[in-house]
Formats: sequence, C-alpha cells, structure tokens
Amino acid sequence: MTGAGGIFDLAWMAWTWQTALFFIFIFGSIAAMGVWEYYVPGGSPRRGIFGLDTTRGDRLFMTLLGSCFIFLAWLAFYGEPLWGGLAISLCWAFVVFRWG
Amino acid sequence: MNKTVNNRAWWLVLPVFAMVAFNALIPLITVVNYSVQETFGNNEFFWSGTTWFKQLLHDDQFIDSLQRQIIFTATVLVIQIPLGLVIALCMPRSGPWVSVCLVLMSLPLLVPWNVVGSMWNIMALPDIGLLGKGLNALGIPFNYTRQPVSAWFTVILMDVWHWTSLVVLLCYAGLVSIPDAYYQAARVDGAGPWAVFRYIQLPKLKHVLTIAILLRFMDSFMIYTEVIVLTGGGPGSTTKFLSIDLVQKALGGFDLGPAAAMSIVYFLIILLLSWLFYTLMMRSEAK
Repeated sequence: MTGAGGIFDLAWMAWTWQTALFFIFIFGSIAAMGVWEYYVPGGSPRRGIFGLDTTRGDRLFMTLLGSCFIFLAWLAFYGEPLWGGLAISLCWAFVVFRWG
Repeated sequence: MNKTVNNRAWWLVLPVFAMVAFNALIPLITVVNYSVQETFGNNEFFWSGTTWFKQLLHDDQFIDSLQRQIIFTATVLVIQIPLGLVIALCMPRSGPWVSVCLVLMSLPLLVPWNVVGSMWNIMALPDIGLLGKGLNALGIPFNYTRQPVSAWFTVILMDVWHWTSLVVLLCYAGLVSIPDAYYQAARVDGAGPWAVFRYIQLPKLKHVLTIAILLRFMDSFMIYTEVIVLTGGGPGSTTKFLSIDLVQKALGGFDLGPAAAMSIVYFLIILLLSWLFYTLMMRSEAK
C-alpha cells in the first residue's frame, strides 16, 4: 500500500538516491561479512599493528568509523570535492583489513 | 549422538529485529537523509549535499559547545569514578546497615531529571537557597545566574549528586561478588589494606568500572534536562552543552538540515570515544 496517506507512504521521509546508495553500501558490507564468515568461519582473530585483538567485524567497524572522520576532516580542511577523502579512506580500509 | 540444530529458532528473533529497525535504524537513516537536504516546510526538500557538515565544522558555536561538553564530561568522570569507588569501599558488606546504605544510594537515581534540575535551581538560589545563601553568608560570592564559575560549580555538583550513586552501586555489586578466598589468601600473606585494594579489589572491579565509565561518559556527554532546567545554558552560553545547542537548532530554529548534520557528528563522537574507552580498557586487561 503506497497511496497518499497510507501507512507505508514514506514520501514524508524525502528519500534521496544518494542516501539510499550509502545505506545499501553499509548493509551490503555487513551482508558481505556474513557471506565471508560462512565460507571462512571463526572471524580470523589476530593482534594487528594497532596492538588490538580484532576480528573481521571489528576491522569493518574500524574502517567505517575511521572513514567517517577522514571525510569530516577532509571536508573541514579542504571542502569539496571529496575524492581525496575517499582515496585516504580506501587506503585506511586496506591498512586495517591487511594489518589492523 | 549428533545434536540436531534447528535454525527455525532464528525466526523468533525477528520481532526484536523489527523493533530495533523501527526505533533505532529507521530514525538514524532519516537523520542521515535530512542532513544532506534543506527544507522550508510544507514537506518540500532540496538537495544540499555536504553544505551543513561544512558549515558545522566551521561553526564557532558548535566548537565552543563541544569544548564545554568535553570539559564537563572529563570533570564529572574524574570526580564520580574515584568518589563512587571510595564510597563503595566504605560501605558495610553485612548487617542491617547494608539495606540503609543501598536505599540511600538509590534515592538520587529515582528522582526524575527535570526534578533534579528544579531542586538544585532552588537550592542554589543566592537569596533563599541553602547552597547559594550559605556560600554567600560565608563570604564566597555565589550567583549561578550571573557568574559562569558559580553556574559550572552548581551543574557539576548537581551531576555528582545525581549520578555518583550509580557508580557506587555498580562498584558495590562488584566488591561483594569477590570470593572470600581471595581475602583469606591476602590475610595469610600479610597483605595490608592498600595491597588488598591494589592487587585484589581493583583488578576484580575492572569490568564493572569499564561499564561505569562507559555509562557515565555516554550519559554525561548527552546531558540536557538537568542543565536546561537549572541554568538554561547560561549565564550567556557558558553552560550551553552540545545537546542544548542541538535542540535550539532543531526545535528553536527548525533548521532540520543543520540539526541532522550536528546529530550525526555528535553521534560519531560518542561512538568513537565509547569504542576507544572500551577497547583501551579491554586491551590493558588482555595484557
């Protein structure tokens, strides 16, 4: 039921495709971790270069949280476009998943 | 004999997932959605990209509120955690006074937040309040409606009064759960009170203290009701913390976009600091 005034009419939330894409990426990453866990169970725990005991889930969390702050810092110091922030975030993700 | 794994039980978790989605995920997604848009009411939205985030990161008012928030949280943590631990150590472990102490400690936690603000508002009034009038009678100039130092003193004192009990109760629960065998071994070894505290009680309280620090950190970082009732963020903006700033933006100005951007940054700061606290405390335990 999607008619005006219907209980599932979500027009008031003013969805944008960019927000949808962002959350599809987040939930897709979590789903991908589930698939990874299915094929390689155990979470691959290890102590990385930060001296922390991490599993794959921890590493995803560190990547996402770190990327948020990288983008905010990029925005504060350089502004748009955000390609530089994206490049640093990808490097951060690689470091965390490879050695973190 | 192999045990049959019945995965159908996962369906029982579905209602919880649905509830979390409705009360946590969907509002969070909505806030993210609003943070990249501008509205002038009438349910009309316009794409604004990263404008609100850029504006926020260069907003002196936000940076000042954040600094005040960090100073306030650090101050209450530095006072409440050691104070709560000391009070818990001083409380009796058996006998009729246990119930009396526990009831007394629980009382501040039962008082609603807005009532706490009103109580301290009246208590700190310089002309009729016990605290305000008492300090002025002692020759200490005190007026929390005009002096920033007095306002900060009152806000911190109010928070310490309201929430130290929580730390006390958590620490007390941790202390009474330490098996007596540890104390007997310490007595056999001739350990003094300090050695017992340092090598038995403190390590055993590690998890409890982690929870206490996390709870107090998150709660004090989000303080709103008590301060808005007590000082309204004043005098001037001297006790205007992040949540007050946020509410003024969201409700006072109805600036949904900037308020949503601020909410996200606020949430990320709390998430980061909570994760750091937890990780560092757990790491020191692993060592």
